[in-house]
Amino acid sequence: MPSVTPSQTIGPFYFGTIINGYRHDLAPPGVPGERIDVVLILHDVQGAIVPDGLLEIWQANSAGRYNHPDDRRNLPLDPGFEGFGRASTDTSGCSHFSTVKPGRVPWPTGGLQAPHINISIFARGVLNRLATRLYFDGDPANGEDPVLNLVEPARRATLIARRDGSGVWRLPIHLGGANETVFFDC
Amino acid sequence: MTTDTYRRSAADDHPANASPEYKSTATRSPTRPPVVLPQSLSEITGPLLSTERLGALENDLTRQRMSAPLGERIIVQGRVLDENGKPVPEALVEIWQCNASGRYHHPGDQHDAPLDPNFYGGGRARADGDGRYKFITIKPGAYPWKNHHNAWRPAHIHFSLFGPAFATRLITQMYFPNDPLLAIDPIYNSVPEGARARLQASFDIDLTQPEWALGYRFDIVLRGRNATPME
Repeated sequence: MPSVTPSQTIGPFYFGTIINGYRHDLAPPGVPGERIDVVLILHDVQGAIVPDGLLEIWQANSAGRYNHPDDRRNLPLDPGFEGFGRASTDTSGCSHFSTVKPGRVPWPTGGLQAPHINISIFARGVLNRLATRLYFDGDPANGEDPVLNLVEPARRATLIARRDGSGVWRLPIHLGGANETVFFDC
Repeated sequence: MTTDTYRRSAADDHPANASPEYKSTATRSPTRPPVVLPQSLSEITGPLLSTERLGALENDLTRQRMSAPLGERIIVQGRVLDENGKPVPEALVEIWQCNASGRYHHPGDQHDAPLDPNFYGGGRARADGDGRYKFITIKPGAYPWKNHHNAWRPAHIHFSLFGPAFATRLITQMYFPNDPLLAIDPIYNSVPEGARARLQASFDIDLTQPEWALGYRFDIVLRGRNATPME
């Protein structure tokens, strides 16, 4: 059997070859759900911003359904909503997305996960894709989320976005240092 | 018994996040072990980008501008497979690379080498039902970087694949066989020794087209599904 191809860094010169593949706005008009704006801010281990990263998000729709054939549940799909976003970080380390708040999705051994967005991180100096999640501060389901409960309590806050004064959900991502984000081996 | 849908890679399949010879990793690699996540629907689904429509010339990087770019024309062809040897049908493959002089079409690249107005350096292809993809491009040049004194990257093409799930996402680099710079490249050598050769394309006379272009074969292997206990 063939062996898996090793990972390499995206490098500094990724230029969205995929030029028409940058996707900041995931939810065209008419897609149901609570409209949200999300800003992810990427920091290195010393806290400096990372202006040359690429962030991708993957999420369920507002009904908690993934647009994928392996999600076989009888829940509605929304035309025009794939659930995928991609944005490079800007000179202030930020990637901006507009989307809808995802619904809850099940956990393999029963129960439901709290609403969350799955995140992939790429950058120069990052040799393997880093995977993390965004949860929403104040969501009543967070307390029973099986993934948050896998994480030691002191580090859970690294996964929880907070709303700023204008209602934008902001999540700093730290590649290392005292506030190192929780990354997942999935 | 495992409940994982996708096999977990072994430690000797991929680079360590902290690879000291590659200097940029010092400020950009986590130090705590990742939290092992049971694979839920969030991990076993992922963007298939199946509605993304590709233009007819997106996989031909030599025909995206007014004229042909300078450089040695090559064909890069292969299959997207999983660890079970099964094709990944309809996989979207994205590539980007520098031009024949070793310069990227990117404002951050200040290498003293000419840009080629006829070469942009980005392409996409959709694999067929059997996982086969094909690009026509020019061989990228080597270029210096500031990692250490007299550091030069071996010629390479960046590859980005999604595969069937969030768990299978992969960005990698394809290298050319017999490149003397491979032995001294910290990024290539960040991969454990036994796995490095997987990143080298092979020259293939059967892919080579007479009087036109050399052919290189590069198969990409994504994580495979575990056999389900019922099977």
